[in-house]
Amino acid sequence: MTLFLWTLCLLVAGASLCAILAVCPSVSATARAANLIGALGSATACLLGLVALVCSPWNASLSVHLPWGLPVGACALGLDALSRLFLLPVFGLGFVCAVSGGLSLRHERPEMHNFGAHWLFYFLLLLGLALVMTSRDAVLFMLAWELMSLAPFFLIDFNDGDSKVRDASWVYLTAAHLGAVALMAFFVLLWQTTGQTSLDNVGPALSQATPGLQAALFVLCVLGFGAKAGLAPLHIWLPEAHPAAPSHVSALLSGAMINAGLYGIVRSLGLLSQAGNAQEWWGWSLLFLGLGTGVMGILKATAQSNLKRLLAYSSVENMGLMTMGLGVGYIGHICGNGWIAVMGVSGALLHMCNHAAFKGLLFLCAGEVLHACGTVRMGQLGGVQKKMPLVGIAFAIGAASIACLPPCNGFAGELLIAFSLLDGPSLNGVERQMGLLVSFAGMACISGLAAALYAKAYGITFLGQPRSGFAVNAHPATWRTLWPLSLPAAVCLAGGLAAPAFFKLAVSAAHCALPLSDVLSAQGHNALRQAEHSLTVVSCVGCVGIALVVAILFIRKILLRGRRVKAVPTWSCGFQAASPRVQYTDAAFSEPMARIFGRAMGLKVDVHQDVQLFPQDGFLAIMAPDRLRTKLFTPLFQAVESLCNACKIMQHGKIHLYILYMLATVVGLLIWGLRV
Amino acid sequence: MLLQTCLFLLVLSNFCMLGTPRIRRMTGMTAIQGLLLTVLLCIFGHVMLAVAVLLIKGLLLPGLLWRTLKRLPAQALVCPRKVVPLDVLAGMGGLAFSFWLDGRLVMAHGLFPPMLLPLGLATLFCGLILIVGRIKAITQVIGYLVAENGIFLLGMPLMTTGTAWFELALLLDVFVAVFVMGIAINHISDSFASIDVARFRSLRD
Repeated sequence: MTLFLWTLCLLVAGASLCAILAVCPSVSATARAANLIGALGSATACLLGLVALVCSPWNASLSVHLPWGLPVGACALGLDALSRLFLLPVFGLGFVCAVSGGLSLRHERPEMHNFGAHWLFYFLLLLGLALVMTSRDAVLFMLAWELMSLAPFFLIDFNDGDSKVRDASWVYLTAAHLGAVALMAFFVLLWQTTGQTSLDNVGPALSQATPGLQAALFVLCVLGFGAKAGLAPLHIWLPEAHPAAPSHVSALLSGAMINAGLYGIVRSLGLLSQAGNAQEWWGWSLLFLGLGTGVMGILKATAQSNLKRLLAYSSVENMGLMTMGLGVGYIGHICGNGWIAVMGVSGALLHMCNHAAFKGLLFLCAGEVLHACGTVRMGQLGGVQKKMPLVGIAFAIGAASIACLPPCNGFAGELLIAFSLLDGPSLNGVERQMGLLVSFAGMACISGLAAALYAKAYGITFLGQPRSGFAVNAHPATWRTLWPLSLPAAVCLAGGLAAPAFFKLAVSAAHCALPLSDVLSAQGHNALRQAEHSLTVVSCVGCVGIALVVAILFIRKILLRGRRVKAVPTWSCGFQAASPRVQYTDAAFSEPMARIFGRAMGLKVDVHQDVQLFPQDGFLAIMAPDRLRTKLFTPLFQAVESLCNACKIMQHGKIHLYILYMLATVVGLLIWGLRV
Repeated sequence: MLLQTCLFLLVLSNFCMLGTPRIRRMTGMTAIQGLLLTVLLCIFGHVMLAVAVLLIKGLLLPGLLWRTLKRLPAQALVCPRKVVPLDVLAGMGGLAFSFWLDGRLVMAHGLFPPMLLPLGLATLFCGLILIVGRIKAITQVIGYLVAENGIFLLGMPLMTTGTAWFELALLLDVFVAVFVMGIAINHISDSFASIDVARFRSLRD
């Protein structure tokens, strides 16, 4: 715990230094210093944080009360298995993104940006995340949450000369604060019910709460934390913010920050269940909310042509999968089925860690492509693998992981959630069995579509011939700037090959999240053994597969040694005039899916065809605007704005009428007080 | 009997103020209200206080107002006519509401002589209606004075030797308020070339 506190101190110190540099005049020397201090400082702090997590026993529950008095509440921090698991992506990805960001920001012009401010908010984001995951007091939690929610606004707004970027950061800020409103209501209600702000021993006091109050607490927690996690329909900030932010920021937001929403839901469910009157419909609503989010996310991702936007929607889909796992685990917990409970929750937690690794990797790769080519519109790319082979390999590893191909790490988490859903028939009641099996079918659909999605993302971007000058003129990236990508890529492979070890960590965290009774724990241990066995088999097969691939490559190299290898264009069925324009495009890739799911994907097709005898040029554009934003949130906010403007007639500047308001209020209060 | 007559005259003066658009007449009514309060105080036996009230409310404050009025241009001394009927109606409403309140408020038996409580409240409301309904800064001062007269009237039966100091403090308070507002009106008049508070709208954001 001491090391962890030192990490926090280092983050505060780094933030202070960067704050000083932020107010200095923006010259290249200041920018270089800010970049160096920011990248090195945050990387060091993250490494120290990782050491702090690894040094103490994983299952040990440590806590510390700092003597700094807050106006209400206390400075109470705690570290248990669940906090450790959620801090792993924060510090791990924080390190990779700090290094990668430091390397990529060297090319930015110092007079255009304030690097000191950028790194200040990077430090504050890390500090906020670390405090959110460890605070054990409601007031401290809300303070940390605000810190964590506010910092990304400034990080996203890095290229603030672009109006789209400014718009995206405002969308983010609005969503973050609407979520925070729900959270404040949640904590105030909790405080009113239990009379204390400490989150450690709030459970027994909650048992007197009425079911209606508990339901209100649950709904508020899902609204507040769900907005951060990006659960539909509160996800709309993700596809706006991630493409607008610098890539190292997108990677950290997508891989670590949105997990805070999931963490909040897990912790709140744990608190509400301690009271002993947990309700089954909470689990079902989480399960179907996750299913809806997952299906919507993957369909919207398929329709995208911007690589970073695609990845953002894919984050929504993955958060949906994790919420599904959490929901089914909770159902198992309520119904007394240890297998479903342990598999569901630990699967969700394991997938959270895996998602941080591969989504961080994919966003960083997208950032490298953007830096080298100048665009991430897939229609303009193609053939990038030949120009940037290392980035291509890293992206391929990330894509294989997120598409759940064994032996990469994405497979392990989803396998556990699938195990959990597949055990549905052992529950009582046909509606429960049907519910779980339908969810399993939905999850299988999501996974299949994810494989197709990443075949598209990798194939259109990296394979084939360059489609435009952007891809032709891509300047290659060297090993010196790309080495940070090797860390998440290694985690993607190691997470799959050493899945049983990671699974054990996730199971400890799951026990921390939902305290299971003895009977369930016994079942859970049984589940642990069987699942570990299955994961070990997958790992072994994966190891053998990788060994075979390496062996084949080695043999090929030996066979080709001393022979001349001739490179020729791909055989295109005898067609001689092949050009990059005859290649498959991203729209063509999603077209078969659009035939089935077109309405759900919300595609907007704009076709101008010449119908004359000898047709001239035609025009086709396929767009996928977020219908929830255009049809729900935009009209809603416009209505609120016009309502607020209508209220302005009360503020007319006539002083004697203001006095009339007071008089009317006094008279009204008198009448109200004497009405009986 | 004298008490009831004084109270009746007070209400009459209230409605006179509400019913006139001319500020000079309203100022005169302020002086009359001061005199009526002096008589009422004498009825209650507070002779020393009555002398003070006569000096302050009957002479000093109306005198200050006269002095201000002399400096103002003639068109500033008439309020718009169209609000006058509304003000009278509102005053009637205030009177009715005061009687309703009188029936509802629980008071110690015999504390208030009959009619004193509702008419005191009615005077208070009349002052507030003057503040709300008239847009000249000087009528707001007058409205403030009338409202204070209502409060003074309500405080009269509660007076013992101890609370007399409180009432004197209140009078001083009003004096300072009028003093400050007199200066403020002069400044408003200088800055806006009018004492019409509706012009303050240009100050809003």
